[in-house]
Amino acid sequence: MVSAEIWPTLDYSRVPYRLYHDPEIYEAEQQRIFRGPVWSFLGLEAEIPNPGDFRASVIGETPIVFNRDENGAIRAFVNRCAHRGALVRREIAGNAREHICLYHQWCYGLDGSLKAIPFRRGIRGKGGLDPSFDMGRHGLQPVTVGNINGVLFGTLSAQAEPLEDYLGRPILAQLRRLFDRPVRILGYHRQRIRGNWKLYAENTRDNYHASLLHEFLVTFGLDRSTQKGGVTMDGRHRHNITWAEAESEADAALAREAYSAARVRNNYLTLQEPDLVAFRPERGDRISLAVTSVFPSGVFVQIANSLATRQIRPRGVDECEIFQTILGYADDPPEMTLHRLRQANLVGPAGLVSMEDGEAVEVAHRASRPDPDATTIIELGGGGIISDRDYRVTDVPLRGFWSYYAELLGIEPEGAVR
Amino acid sequence: MTPDRFALCELYAQYGALLDAAQYEQWLALFAAVCSYHIMPRENYESGLPAALVFCDSRAMLEDRIRALCEANKFNIHSDRHLIGLPRLVAREAAAVLVEAPFALYQTDQEGETRLFATGLYRDRIAAADGELKFRDKLVLLDSFAVPSLLATPL
Repeated sequence: MVSAEIWPTLDYSRVPYRLYHDPEIYEAEQQRIFRGPVWSFLGLEAEIPNPGDFRASVIGETPIVFNRDENGAIRAFVNRCAHRGALVRREIAGNAREHICLYHQWCYGLDGSLKAIPFRRGIRGKGGLDPSFDMGRHGLQPVTVGNINGVLFGTLSAQAEPLEDYLGRPILAQLRRLFDRPVRILGYHRQRIRGNWKLYAENTRDNYHASLLHEFLVTFGLDRSTQKGGVTMDGRHRHNITWAEAESEADAALAREAYSAARVRNNYLTLQEPDLVAFRPERGDRISLAVTSVFPSGVFVQIANSLATRQIRPRGVDECEIFQTILGYADDPPEMTLHRLRQANLVGPAGLVSMEDGEAVEVAHRASRPDPDATTIIELGGGGIISDRDYRVTDVPLRGFWSYYAELLGIEPEGAVR
Repeated sequence: MTPDRFALCELYAQYGALLDAAQYEQWLALFAAVCSYHIMPRENYESGLPAALVFCDSRAMLEDRIRALCEANKFNIHSDRHLIGLPRLVAREAAAVLVEAPFALYQTDQEGETRLFATGLYRDRIAAADGELKFRDKLVLLDSFAVPSLLATPL
């Protein structure tokens, strides 16, 4: 395992490539981060509206099922039979009165308790379990569930702080802004990226890359770094909101000058269907882009009127899945739903804005592997103390991510600057 | 409408060949003046959920997609190889036919490594215009909806 000496700098401005590639570190992450005192984004209350509705999810690589019980309460468990460790609920979603393991038909209630075991007393008094076997102690391992306006989080640790404290004020406010009315699930996007999950977690916190990698944003005038925007973190800098306001005329003039030095087309090509990028303000603010990253693996996305949640699902040290849920609001008129379905073209594996992230993560993963002691540079917006910025050419929230990562893994250097 | 079966097969052969040659402007010419093109994950389709991976409900949007692909988007450097199965006539309408055809798409990277990128089913409405068959509505039902890496070039 690595130690605190791994960090070349105290402000997390240099990250050794080893952290993306070492299988031992990956296992430590599963234990100390995902099974540790964090709250992981699980899914949405809107996915399980009725008693008995269930849905599969993950915390790290641990399979989870969340459901609504007979009384309407939301429960979540590790989706693993107490008997032999098999996946109990094999379907991704459905409605059921109980969860029955196919292997030996051990049966669990919607509260996760072990309800029945076939041949528990054996047959004709022979076989079966010893009468002392305590069914009450062998339910599905519970996951503590927290709920912010229908956004469900789960933790496997008894040491986790209360969810509201974990998220912090700006993140709570952003979730309450995006989920200010009941949502409607429009569908799912899934993407398998051949890269370590943390490369994607960093990507979502990186305001600097947005208008450089994603040329569509600039070329078609949807978003430029000259617009008003910035990065806002929780008090401990583990989460982040990358945000921008809709472009003003002054921003547009500045953009023509600023991008002359970058090899990005900035000639304001127009779309035949401008609805694709048209932002229709939905509430009393001008925020047209807000990407909210919740440590370790939750992402909440607003790009114009396209709304989505993302769950980063690690799949070993070399791969992750991006599981994206496309949303509208339950009270959207049909015309607004159509607008959102059109703007879903911007996100996901085929997203006009987001497709490049898959490639960026893969090329970073590929080239960094052979040299574990070499490091990245995280210094846009300067090093030193980690703090919010009211400008966009910055990657300072990545240092926030690594500072909490180091704390959880127990490799925080002495005198760390956070 | 009763299409000529050879002409139908030719349309699908052209479709795959033009995509594999990255001749996207010529590929667009296989679509009617009024058309739609959607790539839909099977998962969504079977659950009755409307979100698509690519949602072009007009020719304008499809042309925007191709323009963005050619002028703005960056993606994994690769070549495509479509294997399109025999088209099956599903239903006849007054001025169109409904046709299904299965497909597989392999992608090859710069090192010569080929991987299966996608399998799925085309569900198309095809109409004749000026004596030529054109795609009116194309629904690409994506079996392999866990998209490997990213989806840039059309299916």
